[in-house]
Amino acid sequence: MTGGRNPTLTYLQAISDGLRSEMREDERVLLMGQDIGVFGGAFKVTDGFIEEFGVDRVMDTPLAESGIVGTAVGAAVVGMRPVCEMQFADFVSCGFDQIINVAAKMLYRQGLPVNITVRLPSGGGFSGGPFHSQNPEAWFMHSPGIKVVAPSTAQDAKGMIIASIRDPNPVVFMEHKNLYRRIKGEVPEGSYETPFKARVAREGSDLVVITYGAMVHRALEATEDLDDAEIMVLDLRTLKPLDEQAILAAVRTCSKVIIVDEANETCAAGAQVAALIAEHGFEDLDGPIVRVASPDVPIPFSPPLEEAVLPSVDRVREACRQLLEY
Amino acid sequence: MATSSTAPRTGPNTPSDSLPEHLTLDDRVGLLRAMLLMRTLEERAMNLYRQGKVPGSFYDGFGQEAVSVGAAWAMAAVDRLCVLHRDLGAHLVRGVQPDRILSQYMGREDGITAGRDGNVHFGDYRTGCVGMVSMLADMMLVATGMAMAFKLRGEQRCALTCFGDGSTSRGDFHEAMNWAGVQKLPVIFVLENNQFAYSTPTHQQYAVNPIERAQTYGFPGVSVDGNDAEAMFEATRVARVRALEGGGPTLIEAVTMRMHGHAAHDDMKYVPKALFEEWRKKDPIDRQSARVAAHGVDVEALKTEVRDQVEQAAATALAGPMPDPESATERVFHPRDADEILLEDGAAPWSGFVTSSEGHRSR
Repeated sequence: MTGGRNPTLTYLQAISDGLRSEMREDERVLLMGQDIGVFGGAFKVTDGFIEEFGVDRVMDTPLAESGIVGTAVGAAVVGMRPVCEMQFADFVSCGFDQIINVAAKMLYRQGLPVNITVRLPSGGGFSGGPFHSQNPEAWFMHSPGIKVVAPSTAQDAKGMIIASIRDPNPVVFMEHKNLYRRIKGEVPEGSYETPFKARVAREGSDLVVITYGAMVHRALEATEDLDDAEIMVLDLRTLKPLDEQAILAAVRTCSKVIIVDEANETCAAGAQVAALIAEHGFEDLDGPIVRVASPDVPIPFSPPLEEAVLPSVDRVREACRQLLEY
Repeated sequence: MATSSTAPRTGPNTPSDSLPEHLTLDDRVGLLRAMLLMRTLEERAMNLYRQGKVPGSFYDGFGQEAVSVGAAWAMAAVDRLCVLHRDLGAHLVRGVQPDRILSQYMGREDGITAGRDGNVHFGDYRTGCVGMVSMLADMMLVATGMAMAFKLRGEQRCALTCFGDGSTSRGDFHEAMNWAGVQKLPVIFVLENNQFAYSTPTHQQYAVNPIERAQTYGFPGVSVDGNDAEAMFEATRVARVRALEGGGPTLIEAVTMRMHGHAAHDDMKYVPKALFEEWRKKDPIDRQSARVAAHGVDVEALKTEVRDQVEQAAATALAGPMPDPESATERVFHPRDADEILLEDGAAPWSGFVTSSEGHRSR
């Protein structure tokens, strides 16, 4: 780059950049996953890695999600820093037991931290159907001992993958597939960490939309020019642990709250945010807490069906409009 | 508590009193001592359970002591283990102190998990052991991953894991066997075939013996008398040499019998009496006692010494505090600025390591 300007990278390139940077700095970092080596990954996040780092550190594994997570745990407790890729977030159900019962509880039970990162390419919006569109973050939020992060920008994606690898605990890294090539941004060169804290994506004082991941961009679009209202968008960035202070501060400022999840509504991350506000921010509210989420159905394949399920710009905008009028 | 001092020493149980090639008399006594310590500790713990001092239920490895003691005896300090709920002997060989084990059973602060988990659901990372979880076969993958790291780093070390006949039905058994076979990893799989998974006999567990299945994953399976500590040691020693030479995994089937119920509440009414009686005659401690007695070792004195040790441990454990309720919500996450904690080396008492300047060299 010239003139000190940072390069513009896609969200996907930023994740690659973060992984590459950390692999260069720390020889303990080991990538494991299906088709991540020679093929460079189903989404090409690790394209070209095998040439630079070799087959040992960019490991093409058997098609075995439990195997990937379980062996990563073993490698971690003897000093490696494995980063596991699930080809799609949906397949983590096959490795669920190793995350929930082995990795998450090891420190609590035995005092032995498990430094693994599990990358989950998640989310819908491109006719992936019921097995390639899910947002399983809440599965992990409910299990103590796991950090859950979900960046929405290219800059955060790089900083948070580095922070996840350096975090001594199991971290589930939600990377939204619909942001991979659609979202671009200036990304600092070299190594840096983005803290596991919320970020104000847009300042505002009339209403706050609290969300994360791909829905941050949907919320920004939906509220960009909404009846001259000043609408804050709070990007949670980290779902476990939740940045409770930032959430309650936004409620104090805005008094009206919309919470948007792409995930299915029941017990989604946003449900926890709503519970937090109801319990600790009630006096600051000037209207009901409103949630916009996917209804409790599997994510359907056909475009009109999928569009009917995922929170749309129109749904978010309409929810905001109604709450502003409350 | 059943003792087996009256078991006949004839037929297949006739002890061999010649010294095996890789074991000194001290080793043979050490094996016996570890098995006695395991049994005496577990008997004392069962007694504490009946007195209401051990919460939950209690699980032991009565009759299976030779499996974990013999296998652990062959492991070097730098090797790593994931053992199961009938394998207390491995923890003892690696150096976990008896009073901490009784504290563990009683849910006390000085137990290995400080009251966070019960019975033998523990691993002392200071001895190179990862504690088991209740989902069986899970630890096979963890051991496989440790072996994977050793191989990637070019280290002369191996990993060992124990699991039961029931575990072989779960997917993680397949995933671990396949992964270890594909990557030719230095891992030793010890299948503890104790005839029953809770109440389910092996013929309802699998149609093809797992030893035969090992071949299909690309590595050998060997069947060993799991009630013979020296046979277990030797099979594990050979598997370890093979692993360190790059030969890949070995599946060792330790054929044994669970002589108590699955846990304290289980009356074992599903076990045919004749089968039980047959296995009573094969008690591993009786067998090892006869061997060392033939060399003039005073086994009764050894038993007394172990009983005294366990009584002392019980006194220490009973005097220890219960955990502070405030601690229940602590240590869910490891702080970023805290020291890194990894598995550490355990004790490796085999004479083959003691006399070697480098503990990880195989003989």
